[in-house]
Amino acid sequence: MSINQSSAPFVGAIEKSPKISLIGTLAMLVEAPGEFDMVQQGRIWALADALSSWPNVQEAVIGVTNVLLVFEQPPDDIGVLGASIVELWHRLPGRKADGKLIEIPVVYGGEHGFDLPAVATRAGLSERDVIRIHSDGEYTVCAVASSPGFGYLHGLDPRIYMPRKSVPSLNMSAGSVTIGGMQTGVAVLTSPNGWNAIGWAPVASFDPRRTQPSLMLPGDRVKFRIDRIEL
Amino acid sequence: MIEILTSHAFNTIQDQGRNGARRLGVSPSGAMDPVALEAGNVLLGNESDAAGIEIQTFPFRLRFGADTTFALTGADHDATLAEAAVPSWWCRRARAGDILAISAPKRGARVYVTFGGGVDVPRVLGSRSTHLRAGFGGFEGRALQAGDVVPVGGTQCETAGRFDFGVAPPDVAIAGVGQTDDRALRIRVMRAGEYDLFSEAMQATFWSTRWKISARSDRGGYRLTGDRLTLDTPAEMRSHGVVAGVVQVPPAGEPIIQMSDANTAGGYPKMAAVIQADLWRLGQAAPGSFIAFSEVSYQDAVAAMAPVNDYIAKLRATADLYRAL
Repeated sequence: MSINQSSAPFVGAIEKSPKISLIGTLAMLVEAPGEFDMVQQGRIWALADALSSWPNVQEAVIGVTNVLLVFEQPPDDIGVLGASIVELWHRLPGRKADGKLIEIPVVYGGEHGFDLPAVATRAGLSERDVIRIHSDGEYTVCAVASSPGFGYLHGLDPRIYMPRKSVPSLNMSAGSVTIGGMQTGVAVLTSPNGWNAIGWAPVASFDPRRTQPSLMLPGDRVKFRIDRIEL
Repeated sequence: MIEILTSHAFNTIQDQGRNGARRLGVSPSGAMDPVALEAGNVLLGNESDAAGIEIQTFPFRLRFGADTTFALTGADHDATLAEAAVPSWWCRRARAGDILAISAPKRGARVYVTFGGGVDVPRVLGSRSTHLRAGFGGFEGRALQAGDVVPVGGTQCETAGRFDFGVAPPDVAIAGVGQTDDRALRIRVMRAGEYDLFSEAMQATFWSTRWKISARSDRGGYRLTGDRLTLDTPAEMRSHGVVAGVVQVPPAGEPIIQMSDANTAGGYPKMAAVIQADLWRLGQAAPGSFIAFSEVSYQDAVAAMAPVNDYIAKLRATADLYRAL
């Protein structure tokens, strides 16, 4: 049986089952149905934990309400595999955001927080209000992706949502505290970046020599603390 | 050890890639033409996943610090060892002090140099591949530069026996591979998750276009030009994991194929995915060249790996035999 073919329906096309699709013969994407919410994210964490130990699964890569399975070898029967995953999805309880609490001191504004004025203008708030709202929040690491150790943090107050830039900033510093749409994060590498920088945090997000290379892991919680404000 | 004498940008140490760390946001890296790198190792009796040097800017020159066996595979190129010609897809024994010089390929994009016992840099997260963006792995996490002294031959390797023979490259040895029509390299793909979101007209355009690999293409990804694939209603995807070979379509409509150094996450609609059996051929497609896509089923995509695996297996048997002669 095959999927991704016009002749065969998507496995899991039934309502409220995840959408399952292939990216070539060695990767399968499982996407939770419905809008984004933390309940679905928790179910994805639980699913990823369980699938990681399945035979032939090299790793389960958590995304935002989805998980990509990467295989050692092309699975023999994609249809059966997809059906087993759907079945597991329906019976597996979700995982809570029960990871460690990470506190990150932030220098808000200043040289590295060059998009703070734009975020404030869009929100119709003062820069101090934006800082207060951002540092009052408690965030959850939904997924670690994109750059080594980069956590997609959810829980941003909707008042300070800020769309990603259509033209990325060319050289945003590692440690930049950023807002991208409804998410926030701390840039891990100095590189082009489409998110909006509001501050800077001296945090070692990733070190490949550590036993646990990534500071943030899915299910961890993050608090930003005001270290200094430079307006 | 070897000393790098001439190296321009983006020549790096690579192995078969750093698997298992995507979940930490770490892209696998690894050779763009994994078959050529593996063949180079197999010629020398190395493990298949030993590291070599991937050369994509030329000329490249190195000096051997000790007697060392080496092999040249990948793109069809001219090379000399101590000023005597060495063919492509060939292995030799170098003497201490010999200089190996490699010129720009006549065909293909990337040349691999492998060494008896492999390049002996530390494994980081299980691999010796260079992760350029994050600056770890390979040689100090960066591209090679003139003056670098790189350790080779760390593991036990065969030094006795004969080291002066070559093999047919896979695009010659594997029937039906390397076929080009209309001066475009045929690349086999499977449909991916958002294929059906595109109109029939857009799907037809995807299959019929001769896509040019733009100059803004590198180990991270190939940007294609030639037409635009647009959606009637823009699709907003949540960030999700991707693998090399995925063909994504950003809102502007020009597809991007993610390659070895690609971001681990994607969010654009996915039109298709290059099959594993053709990724190495794509890895040899140079900017400015043309490709066209053909659709295959899952079963055909799986079956297409058999000739590639057979090629490597036969190569190992043949090389083992030759060295013993």
